[in-house]
Amino acid sequence: MTVINLMLQKSFLSLLGLIFASAANADWALNMPRGITELSAETYDLHMMVFWWCVAIGVVVFGAMIISLFMHRKSRGAKPATFSHSTSAEVIWTIIPCIILLVMAVPAAETMIRLEDSRDPDVSIVITGYQWKWHYKYQDEGVEFYSSLALPSVKARFKESGVDPFSVENYLLEVDRPLVVPKGRKVRLLMTSNDVIHSWWVPDLAIKKDAIPGIINEVWFRATETGTFRGQCAELCGKDHGYMPIVVEVVEPDAYQAWVDTRHAGGAQVAQMEN
Amino acid sequence: MTTAVADAHEHHGPEKGIKRWLFTTNHKDIGTMYLIFSLIMFFAGGAMALVIRSELMTPGLQFVHPEFFNQMTTMHALIMVFGAVMPAFVGLANWMIPMMIGAPDMALPRMNNWSFWILPVAFGILLSTLLMPGGAPASGWTMYPPIVLQTGVAFPFLIFSILLMGLSSIMGAINIIVTILNMRAPDMWLLKMPMFVWTWLITAYLLIAVMPVFAGAVTMLLTDQFFGTSFFLAAGGGDPVMFQHIFWFFGHPEVYIMILPAFGVVSEIIPTFSRKPLFGHDSMVYAASSIAFLSFIVWAHHMFTVGMPLSGQMFFMFATMLIAVPTGVKVFNWIATMWRGAMTFETPMLFSLGFVFLFTIGGFSGVMLAIAPADIQYHDSYFVVAHFHYVLVPGSIFALMAGAYYWLPKWTGHMYNETAGKLHFWMSTIFVNLTFFPMHFLGLAGMPRRIPDYSTQFADFNWMASVGAIGFGLSQLIFVYVLLTSKKGEKATDRVWEAPRGLEWTVPSPAPYHTFDTPPVKRVSEEAFE
Amino acid sequence: MSHAPDSYYVPHGSHWPIVGSIGLLFLMLGVSTWLNGADAGFWVMMAGVGIMVIMLAGWFGTVINESVHGLYNAQVDKSFRMGMFWFIFSEVMFFAAFFGALFYARNMSVPWLGGDSNNFFTNLLLWEGYESTWPTNGPGEVGGDYEVMGPFGLPLINTAILLTSSVTVTIAHHALISGKRAILGTFLALTAILGFIFVYMQAVEYIEAYEHMNLKLTSGIYGSTFFMLTGFHGMHVTIGAIMLTIIWLRVVKGHFTPDKHFAFEAVAWYWHFVDVVWVGLYVFVYWM
Ligand code: HEA
Ligand code: HEA
Ligand code: CUA
Ligand SMILES: [Cu+2]
Repeated sequence: MTVINLMLQKSFLSLLGLIFASAANADWALNMPRGITELSAETYDLHMMVFWWCVAIGVVVFGAMIISLFMHRKSRGAKPATFSHSTSAEVIWTIIPCIILLVMAVPAAETMIRLEDSRDPDVSIVITGYQWKWHYKYQDEGVEFYSSLALPSVKARFKESGVDPFSVENYLLEVDRPLVVPKGRKVRLLMTSNDVIHSWWVPDLAIKKDAIPGIINEVWFRATETGTFRGQCAELCGKDHGYMPIVVEVVEPDAYQAWVDTRHAGGAQVAQMEN
Repeated sequence: MTTAVADAHEHHGPEKGIKRWLFTTNHKDIGTMYLIFSLIMFFAGGAMALVIRSELMTPGLQFVHPEFFNQMTTMHALIMVFGAVMPAFVGLANWMIPMMIGAPDMALPRMNNWSFWILPVAFGILLSTLLMPGGAPASGWTMYPPIVLQTGVAFPFLIFSILLMGLSSIMGAINIIVTILNMRAPDMWLLKMPMFVWTWLITAYLLIAVMPVFAGAVTMLLTDQFFGTSFFLAAGGGDPVMFQHIFWFFGHPEVYIMILPAFGVVSEIIPTFSRKPLFGHDSMVYAASSIAFLSFIVWAHHMFTVGMPLSGQMFFMFATMLIAVPTGVKVFNWIATMWRGAMTFETPMLFSLGFVFLFTIGGFSGVMLAIAPADIQYHDSYFVVAHFHYVLVPGSIFALMAGAYYWLPKWTGHMYNETAGKLHFWMSTIFVNLTFFPMHFLGLAGMPRRIPDYSTQFADFNWMASVGAIGFGLSQLIFVYVLLTSKKGEKATDRVWEAPRGLEWTVPSPAPYHTFDTPPVKRVSEEAFE
Repeated sequence: MSHAPDSYYVPHGSHWPIVGSIGLLFLMLGVSTWLNGADAGFWVMMAGVGIMVIMLAGWFGTVINESVHGLYNAQVDKSFRMGMFWFIFSEVMFFAAFFGALFYARNMSVPWLGGDSNNFFTNLLLWEGYESTWPTNGPGEVGGDYEVMGPFGLPLINTAILLTSSVTVTIAHHALISGKRAILGTFLALTAILGFIFVYMQAVEYIEAYEHMNLKLTSGIYGSTFFMLTGFHGMHVTIGAIMLTIIWLRVVKGHFTPDKHFAFEAVAWYWHFVDVVWVGLYVFVYWM
């Protein structure tokens, strides 16, 4: 019996070692990205706050349990006590969690209120989900286009395609036409769908909102950095649910204006091509 | 033990052959059928999980098409939830509750038989959809419209199999409630009942309250699809999100339906192997009741991204967080039960300890999910998958395993193979963590759930999870081995363990076909509860 | 097989449950294939219905027989009562789902489509010009123009009928307890007849709605909630009335005593439940 336990413990330890060793030399993302908007940072902080609270509670709870498991075992000659309740202890461990929860709830509520305030945007974009692509329509700029999985990924994604996914850059996370938005401006997204429910998710913006047929949902963000940010549809929407990525390019406002202008110039042709 | 098999002239033993199982009204036979059925379903659902994990082992599509992948996800969940975990707990309830409360049988024995025999019909229909043109349902176990309305031929079969599962659950729950309320031995008052009986009483109440609502929801799907109603159609004044509200009004209590009996099982086992009475029996009862009550008012925490009004989000966030309090009371009480006990670590105890550890981890991720702004990031990602597998696999499944090992000698009359049992526990524990812990990282890094293929940055953790899943699956074969050899061990004594409490340990092992003819008036107070 | 009256009666094996499962199998397979467009499914479904009827008759027949032979002691009786109570509770929750849908539509989704709460753009961009009202068939005017079923006329009469029937069944109950069999029989029969009249009136109402008011199941959310709520209720009235008839037949056969009449009470409870649901329906579906 003990031999088996020992063997098991050993293999468990070496397994753990394996995990951490390989974790060290691969650049695995382990945590939520901090993102590039004020609210994404706030969300990240909330996430970490709750996480550390859980770790702290875990240390106490598991600590007590492990102590008990070692100290109060029959093989060490422990004699069982007979107590079976203690009102004061029970009151304490009802009240302390309540307090901890309150501490978590307040900042969470504050962040939530800010998340919902999508008034007075600088740019307003209507996003429509389709099986299985996205349609973007800039309300005031008169620009609109579809955005779907980029060709290299499309070629590689099928069974027996013969293409190694590792050889494709940004496999499944690249689109033909990204969403372009200006840095530092308040962008409002109006989300809806043409068929089934989709969900527009870009972790770096801390935005995930369902695109529901017949309903419009609002979200907003203000990007503080330029760059390319990737996400995916997050609501099961049929067979190609895994193949409708989102790419957002945050650019300087001038570059954004320039992009709008070129879209205008080429708009007519593009519209034709797309139909 | 004379009370047990008095007046033999009144009782035929079991009937012979297949008739025994088809016609039986005996709670033990029915319990056995439930348990075997659920084990088969566990393997079927597990086989589907292995299809999922194999496909996700490396990026790129290797084995299945995306359509089939979605069918596997959907069927895996439906089978595990409704076919494996729920019937397994009903099986335990059937076997143990009458014995624990000193009842001759379940209150409504014929209906008990029917509750069981509806299940093979329901799952026969559900599984047969795999062979239909267009395949099985592929819209996730949550069956959101409009996507579920794109299901082909399988659609009505899906709806009706779910209605049947609901019918079976409701009848099973009614039987359990009535048994507990009406069939207790004379001096077993409610607050004296064992914890397992208590948690089942509350669970049965939850079942009767929410299964009909679920039936209503799928009925609306059916009429929207075939009879032109507009419940979930915005153009007609309905709302696709309405389904989600109704579904989760059922769905959230449903997850507690799967965990409360588990709480009950470990609350039986930990005192036995700590050689100390359960700490805070009454507060455990109140905690379980509070969990049940709260479970009715938290459902929309599954819907923080659907665009609810702010006030709604706030309400559901706070209510959800509150559930941590009564659940915490349970966890603390278990630890207080172990505290200053004299513990030994037989297989049932090991699984219970694993349960307390790992369920708590799942509970922690639950509290993280409850924080609405953060949930916007977690939602529909593998973080959620990690959360609910932690509460379901090392949660519900471990508790079921613990219960099976704990009561197996009482059922068979023989001790099981302890070495194999321990091996089963350690393998399961290692692999279950290897499978589901990395999923937290995947979710946080941005991997959505329900996708058959993923970007290469997620490759390593997925590989790990898949290896873990195969290992976990193989470990379960040890359990099958234990069951197959369960009659080969030494004879079990009536009490089986050193210090168990409860009426079930006052009857012989194996428990006679009919346990109590005359209610065991004296025994309740004198033997089991002194 | 003699049972001491103080021991709980546990039947030894019964084939009715498995027959019921086979019936359900036929029923469900039949409906499903029928809905998928295969006509044969209809006959499979009817076979299922047939098996279910046989099963119910056989099962209840057995129970009645056992009851008549005094196999059930007071505790068994109590189990039945509790079982019936929780069954009715489950029925209440089934209706709650549909009432919930009605409230959700009236107070949430319809106002939202009209631009309420955080749905300004839902109205502006998708359903411009739609103003939320109740009743409604939605911004898409699904099912076309329809007339609203008012609270007066037929529905009011039906309310009176059901309320009366609740009184008559109570009178019957009192008569049973005080041993007045003639009154019992008469009022029980009256109750059942009122039930059937109710169902007939509802059929008239439905025909009127379909043929003259263009109010159909397909008339948007109003039609959906109206017909699903009243339809399921009507179904329950039908079942209740059939059960009342059976109970009446049993009364005629001389079953039930002043202190042992579980079946009678179960049906009476069920009837009151159906009545209460109707009051809810009348208020929220017809009236408000
Ligand atoms: C057995 C099943 C089970 C159980 C018990 C739970 C328990 C909990 N769950 Fe979980 N959950 C599921 C099964 C379960 N869940 C499933 C299946 C889904 C996904 C469905 C789907 O989408 O397919 C889900 C999804 C889910 C979501 C939605 C995620 C999303 O889709 O975005 C949320 C959000 O709030 C949530 C929260 C919680 C909480 C707060 C608890 C709490 O009950 C946990 C309480 C326990 C503890 C907290 C640990 C012990 C306590 C202490 C030691 C005290 C001190 C602690 C603190 C003060 C923090 N769950
Ligand atoms: C009680 C419920 C329960 C249980 C026990 C499990 C058990 C497991 N689950 Fe799952 N799961 C769910 C409930 C459950 N799950 C739910 C509700 C969902 C959400 C679905 C949705 O999105 O709609 C889900 C989704 C889900 C996913 C996400 C799918 C996706 O999003 O696309 C994954 C992926 O890894 C997964 C894996 C597993 C694994 C590896 C196990 C393992 O623990 C299983 C281990 C068991 C075995 C492996 C059986 C043993 C079999 C053998 C030894 C060999 C096979 C034998 C033969 C072929 C004869 N589950
Ligand atoms: Cu679109 Cu998933
Ligand atoms: Cu929940």
